[in-house]
Amino acid sequence: MSAAERRPANRGEEEMEHRYPPLVVAGHQFASRLITGTGAMTSLAMLRESLIASGTSLTTVAIRRFDPRASVGLFDLLQELKLEVLPNTAGCYSAREAVTTARLAAEALGTKLVKVEVIADDTSLLPDPIETLRATEELADAGFCVMAYLSDDPIVARHAEGAGASAVMPLGSPIGSGLGILNPYNIRLIAETSHVPVILDAGVGTASDAAQAMELGCAGVLVASAVNRAEDPPAMAAAIAGAVEAGYLAHRAGRIPRRAQAVASSPSEGLAELL
Amino acid sequence: MSAATGIMVNGKPAQVEEGSTLAGLAETLGLPDRGVAVALDGEIVPRSQWAVTLITDGSAVEVVSIAAGG
Repeated sequence: MSAAERRPANRGEEEMEHRYPPLVVAGHQFASRLITGTGAMTSLAMLRESLIASGTSLTTVAIRRFDPRASVGLFDLLQELKLEVLPNTAGCYSAREAVTTARLAAEALGTKLVKVEVIADDTSLLPDPIETLRATEELADAGFCVMAYLSDDPIVARHAEGAGASAVMPLGSPIGSGLGILNPYNIRLIAETSHVPVILDAGVGTASDAAQAMELGCAGVLVASAVNRAEDPPAMAAAIAGAVEAGYLAHRAGRIPRRAQAVASSPSEGLAELL
Repeated sequence: MSAATGIMVNGKPAQVEEGSTLAGLAETLGLPDRGVAVALDGEIVPRSQWAVTLITDGSAVEVVSIAAGG
């Protein structure tokens, strides 16, 4: 049975239930804490299956020159699945380009949501903190709900929040690397000190990475390559959706501290003398 | 027939009739009624203004929409 058959096609009538409260970003409510990306997808049909299997409420798209074949199909798919669209500024290298891209997206889609992504170069794909902060400030001042893609630096995250970001999106590791969370201490620190939702973005390779992000206190996870480049994208989407849920529940349950020595879980009292 | 005006649309040369508006160009290009945005010489023009925005000789028009990415 395919993922599409397991889930109702009309999401509006029967929303997938999640074992967590919705994600709220500056008053915008999202039932799923898993945000999906459309990048690296192999076909619209496969993307459709994956989006359905992920149970996502929000999916990110790039803004590019109009292509009647590509643009219309994707637009119709997102409408059909009743998904909220998070336009991103992928491909921008300056605050100026990112601001214009966000404004174009707002005009095209009628949304004030934007994922600000300003990269420093096309090999590392790492976010440029200076340009990102500039774009964040300008767009937040203009009334946009800015979700800012950042490095895993807690101070940059603090500045992004100060610049008006409605959510901060630190990377686990470089885009598409699948290396997971390279600095869990920083991610936890960002999650503990931010006053806006923290969404882990970039670097997730498999379900356990997403679970770890949530266990560290993130409010959500964004994945693109991890699903769209997986051998079986819909199956991976479902696995990561489960991991986000498990990670949320584990974080709320409170894990035991790590210790260098064993700690017995059985009482020593009442042991029979058997010698 | 009125004189043609040479413009650029998404980086490619194109011709429109003199006195054409963005709304006319959108029709020629077959733009859908949702999901696209237009910038004329770097300035975003809201859809509500397309009918009253004239395209002049040498104008650069960018038409964008969503694409898989990010």
